[in-house]
Amino acid sequence: MSTASQAPAAPVTSTRGGVGESPPRPDGILKVRGEFAYSSDLWADDMLWGTTLRSPHPYARIRRIDVSQALTVAGVYAVLTSDDVPGSPLFGLEHRDQPVLATGVVRYQGEPVAIVAADHPETARRAAHRITVDYEVLEPVTDAEAAVSQPAVAAIHPGGNLVRHVRIRHGEHAEDATAPVVVTGRYEVGMQDQAFLGPESGLAVPAEDGGVRLYVATQWLHVDQRQIAAALDMQPDRVRITLAGVGGAFGAREDLSMQIHACLLALHTGKPVKMVYNREESFFGHVHRHPATLYYEHGAERDGRLVYVRTRIYLDGGAYASTTSAVAGNAATLGVGPYDVPNVSVDCYGAYTNNPPCGAMRGFGAVQACFGYESQMDKLAHALGMDPVELRVRNAVAEGSVMPTGQVVDSAAPVAELLRRVAAKPMPPALPAEGAPDLRELPGGVSNTTHGEGVRRGIGYAVGIKNVCFSEGFDDYSTARVRLEVIAGEPVALVHTAAAEVGQGLVTLLGQIVRSELGVQRVTVAPADTTIGSAGSSSASRQSYMTGGAVRAACEAVRSRVVDQAVARFGGRAGDLSLTGGKVISIGRGVLADLADVLGDEAVEETVE
Amino acid sequence: MRISLTVNGEEHTADDVWPGESLLYVLRERLGLPGSKNACEQGECGSCTVYLDDVLVCACLVAAGQAAGRSVRTVEGLAAKGGLDPVQRTFVAAGAVQCGFCTPGLVVAAHDLLRRTPNPSDAEIREALAGNLCRCTGYETILDAVRAAAAELAR
Repeated sequence: MSTASQAPAAPVTSTRGGVGESPPRPDGILKVRGEFAYSSDLWADDMLWGTTLRSPHPYARIRRIDVSQALTVAGVYAVLTSDDVPGSPLFGLEHRDQPVLATGVVRYQGEPVAIVAADHPETARRAAHRITVDYEVLEPVTDAEAAVSQPAVAAIHPGGNLVRHVRIRHGEHAEDATAPVVVTGRYEVGMQDQAFLGPESGLAVPAEDGGVRLYVATQWLHVDQRQIAAALDMQPDRVRITLAGVGGAFGAREDLSMQIHACLLALHTGKPVKMVYNREESFFGHVHRHPATLYYEHGAERDGRLVYVRTRIYLDGGAYASTTSAVAGNAATLGVGPYDVPNVSVDCYGAYTNNPPCGAMRGFGAVQACFGYESQMDKLAHALGMDPVELRVRNAVAEGSVMPTGQVVDSAAPVAELLRRVAAKPMPPALPAEGAPDLRELPGGVSNTTHGEGVRRGIGYAVGIKNVCFSEGFDDYSTARVRLEVIAGEPVALVHTAAAEVGQGLVTLLGQIVRSELGVQRVTVAPADTTIGSAGSSSASRQSYMTGGAVRAACEAVRSRVVDQAVARFGGRAGDLSLTGGKVISIGRGVLADLADVLGDEAVEETVE
Repeated sequence: MRISLTVNGEEHTADDVWPGESLLYVLRERLGLPGSKNACEQGECGSCTVYLDDVLVCACLVAAGQAAGRSVRTVEGLAAKGGLDPVQRTFVAAGAVQCGFCTPGLVVAAHDLLRRTPNPSDAEIREALAGNLCRCTGYETILDAVRAAAAELAR
């Protein structure tokens, strides 16, 4: 590039891989070679294996636990129960209601009762089988609707079975509106599982100062740290967590699984302890999507315009609260969908039962409601004799619409246009009319899902609404540190955050942001850990905005200092200078200097919250 | 028990192997080759796919003893040291890698497919990869990667 002939008003961007491009993942090559270190790949000298004994009953009192036979197994180093938890016996994301290890009662099948450390995972499992637990089995509460609406149903927590009731009334006739066309329905959504591929796993290493280091796959390092430290009765800074490679998350890693257990075993034995769930245990080891029962009544004019929606939604939170409060909030506030409805009545209940605990899974309450209201819209279209897409278009929210919560839709919301474009898409090619179908073209392919029996092809349309970033005004922030320095003659940026890369590509995006903001080619994303402030959770589609925004702000602070240095050397105004392609460029004078020369031996580092 | 086997062209011996251990456990925990992944450990997800004497297997379903004296090739041995197999290269380029936990198994399975069927149809790719689960990508970019690798190999 000739600096003399460069058009001063339009500096050429020669930094590749910035925002707007599609650079490869920085961890991609490690991953295709099998060299990327996931949380289950970790190993330490003299390491022990931890395992968990879980309740076989959904609801039972624990009369007695006898670990003596387990301790006699050769190779066993520790067998711990709730008596061995030094700090808070309970943990939880929003409500501290879940025992680290069961204390006197188990409230779901699979609840951890005891943990074992041994020199081989099979030895640990065999020892766990030799723990005797004397249970008094109780009748489980399994129906969420009954759990919160029938007084005769036993309360499985001291405060009762209601985690949260969200009540929304909107419009003058929220509860008593009438309409010429009315459809009602009762809908059920079953439990679903995130089924990330990398099972719950990690390595806890006792630290010399009495603290612990934990290498783990999680979605939010600092919320783990807070809960672990409370259980261990330690200052949070004694619990140093580094993100290990994460094999998918989808909400299932928001809650703790083996974190406290591995730390307890490591501190008790003084040795590194690795825990890895197998697939079956993984299903017991994390929260699921809330099953839901939804009652809807939709009233509309004959032209299809909605007059009212009334709904009651029951979400089964299972034995412990996890994020049930927030999931109920989402299901309620998004409960009528992306439609303009003048009169709305929503009652959404999050319940405790003895079913498996439920919490975050992609969609987070919005999905269950969507199944209800979209089934209703199809039913309403049928009752009206109207095209189901046209009915949705006629009621779609737009900029300026008011949600049932009173929130004004204050930016673009082209729902109607979206529906029209989807409806205009061509139909897929017709299936061959004769002969046996090619298994590979059928749902499930050759995995024996179906050989064509019972398969019907149809076309349906549905639309949903979901929040981006945390919901209901949750105070949200992130933290980022950016360091710019010269390494081997080249300007290099180091980005450090505590944000969890779970496969979504945040590490790629952070590199892009830094390249665009600082005009340097080489960007290193440091491992996420708790030596920097919280980045919040990798959930709710928020990290691009929150941690991406924090990184951008840190870059701006770094750039401002570099530009000041350049002004001091070359004169001119700071506002006229930019960093591009590893150069400091002036609007009026073109390239002033190599960024490496301006930086010299000094590193410029800024941390922004 | 003691087990000797060849992995990625190198002789290995593992001592004190418990008879119930899988080939996957021996590779990951005894031989320092964690590239083959422990996603389901029951033959459903394909994340631990390796070659056993040139035949594709789920390493989790092979007892360690069954691999004694035999030759295993894992994702770590697909390309020469420092290099990338065309399948590995196209997986990165096509965005077929996200969390990456399924990737080693898919890469080995795709490698085997292209060895047997150099120019596969989409249906043949889907069939060959039917035993490999991915939770992140939705598979479309994986199909793109396999098509691109086939094209690269044909050049």
